[in-house]
Amino acid sequence: MSPLAGYLLVAALLFAIGLAGALVRRNAILVLIGIELMLNAANLNLIAFWRFGPHPEALTGMMFAIFSIAVAAAEAAVGLGLVIQMYRHAQTTDLDQINRMKG
Amino acid sequence: MTAAFWIITAITILGGVAAMMLRSVVHAALAVTVAFGGLALMFLNLGAQFAGFAQILVYIGAVAILVVFAILLTRGSETPRDAVFSKTWLSGLAIAAAVFAVLGWAILNSPLALEGTKPEPGVTVKDIGIALMGPYVLPLEIVAVLLTSALIGAVIVAMHDKEGAR
Repeated sequence: MSPLAGYLLVAALLFAIGLAGALVRRNAILVLIGIELMLNAANLNLIAFWRFGPHPEALTGMMFAIFSIAVAAAEAAVGLGLVIQMYRHAQTTDLDQINRMKG
Repeated sequence: MTAAFWIITAITILGGVAAMMLRSVVHAALAVTVAFGGLALMFLNLGAQFAGFAQILVYIGAVAILVVFAILLTRGSETPRDAVFSKTWLSGLAIAAAVFAVLGWAILNSPLALEGTKPEPGVTVKDIGIALMGPYVLPLEIVAVLLTSALIGAVIVAMHDKEGAR
């Protein structure tokens, strides 16, 4: 197994763990953590392809990863703000209990 | 496949699994911080120093703290007595396993993934700075606008609006 395949497999496993957490957990904060894990797995893919790609000096994958980290940080801030507002509204963060669209 | 790769992989995967398995939300937040740290080590192992340190600053420094603050503000710190997994956990696990199976099959059957090792690209932070100010200056400015709007948006969304007190 080549190094690139190893890193890609680790990223795929991390993505699957994050997806399982986002689908299975009941706490809204942990669902957001699962989504963050999935974003991080995608970043690992970008960095691995940059490192083992034909033109690492062009910095394309590295730039993608850096901008992706910035966008993920913005997403985390807004998402956790939404969770806090949802908790104020419904007095719970349990996603199985929040099952109405109408407030 | 060096020993460092396997050690960092074990740290990252164990941190991720623990974050999704632990009952206490605070423990899960700490475990996901370990997973973020493992990913930062993996970036450093790949020779991407700038991305690795950005990962440490942004994820361990900011996102983990944000998550802990959200746990405090939603009183999620006490361990839940009832089930922490959804009623449909089996289908969720099946979907995740199927996604991993498809991705793993695609990686192992790809001709691209069979290339051997390459010398480490000697990219310094100076090169990244020049690239950010040169061809990537427009995305950089757009990210600045995005971060500002996310900052304002998060404050507005989470603001406590009492009736008649605006």
